[in-house]
Amino acid sequence: MTATEPATDVTPASTGPLVSQLKHGLDAPICLTWELTYACNLACVHCLSSSGRRDPRELTTAEAKAVLDELRDLQVFYINIGGGEPMIRRDFFEIVEYAISNGIGVKFSTNGAFIDSKAARRLAAMDYLDIQISLDGTDADTNDSVRGSGSYATAVRAMENLRDAGFEGFKISVVVTRHNVDQLDEFQALADSFGATLRITRLRPSGRGADSWHELRPTLAQQRTIYEWLLEKGDNVLTGDSFFHLNALGDGSPESHLPGLNLCGAGRVVCLIDPIGEVYACPFVMHDEFRAGSVRDPGGFTSVWRESDLFLSLREPESAGACASCGSYDACQGGCMAAKVFVGLPLDGPDPECGGGEGELAMADAGPRPTASADHSKPARVPVTLTRR
Amino acid sequence: MLDAALELHPKVAVRPEPFGALVYHYDTRRLVFLKHPDVVRVVESLSDHDNLADVLTACEIDERRWPAFDRAVTSLYESEMIRDRD
Repeated sequence: MTATEPATDVTPASTGPLVSQLKHGLDAPICLTWELTYACNLACVHCLSSSGRRDPRELTTAEAKAVLDELRDLQVFYINIGGGEPMIRRDFFEIVEYAISNGIGVKFSTNGAFIDSKAARRLAAMDYLDIQISLDGTDADTNDSVRGSGSYATAVRAMENLRDAGFEGFKISVVVTRHNVDQLDEFQALADSFGATLRITRLRPSGRGADSWHELRPTLAQQRTIYEWLLEKGDNVLTGDSFFHLNALGDGSPESHLPGLNLCGAGRVVCLIDPIGEVYACPFVMHDEFRAGSVRDPGGFTSVWRESDLFLSLREPESAGACASCGSYDACQGGCMAAKVFVGLPLDGPDPECGGGEGELAMADAGPRPTASADHSKPARVPVTLTRR
Repeated sequence: MLDAALELHPKVAVRPEPFGALVYHYDTRRLVFLKHPDVVRVVESLSDHDNLADVLTACEIDERRWPAFDRAVTSLYESEMIRDRD
């Protein structure tokens, strides 16, 4: 949902609130996320897809192009490509160029390791391409503690290469944590210095994030800091609709709402395709429970989107459950499904980061966390001691 | 806007949906929702007629609704989804 601008109201005769229409789902997603590979040169502690090692079953170039043919026919305007590190795929440029030549805009997320000056020039020459450089701190210590040693320098070098190649307006993509929430102004200044756009998103307890979330998540007080910072300074900051749960902190007036659709788009207006072609409801729920089907199934992606039991059920009206009596429910819609599931909260319970503090209370009684369905993390390195015989 | 000769921006795509349509601008990356099928018909007919008033007439839009359509088209014009036709 990243590039989704606030819905402009051009309704001459109301057909009912747009959001309720969107909740019933669309004929095709507005956009979707496609993780191209599980292979990654990094091992970020909050990786949503627990990436590291390539999966031998990953889609071939021909299969990827067939999916793009479907997306073109469905008029999906753009896709968000990620991974793993998508540029590791040797057919990365071939896939991106095929998408763009078929009218599908591409935004891809990268840690920047493969954006040397040559790649930067090639990227700068392409239309309808957005690049998001992931960065989780404005200094190496803060960033590298999450993303790994040397990753800050790598990202900065990539940004310099893009700037020098004349690639205008790339994005700096930040996952907000307890340790970088005080750097929001500095992130904005860094983005400004490159002529880039700042994008901040919410930390989810998904993938390896299930293990690091409790340590990294912003505190309740910091949640308010994020909300107020976005209201005050967020006009030109992208969020991917990430923080709609924080609308509960407002007073209910339109001015106190963060811009965006303010709804969970999972299976309704967005979804995710993983490297082996599995289709999930959103990028934050790569788990069997939220698997809708595979692009390799007969009928392909289109059938999964339109007919899968999971997606049809997500388009049914949801119950406000434990939040039914809360005055803020209309503002926050109960928050994020993924955030609840992976900390052991029920789907109709409060968001674990509920601005009213209900999530903190609920987590005290949380059920067991679901076990991971898949893990592509690289095996831990066993230190080898070389000894002289 | 009623006198204006307009057209859809060439970098804009319209995708029909049950509620109306999604409109996406490939250059500005803006996405806009057209929330009524009548607006979609009007937007798609812009370049077939001399001006917006003629479009509304051809699309059989009741004159009492013209101010709302004028506002909707103005909003799309301001977001560069539609532009003047040379």
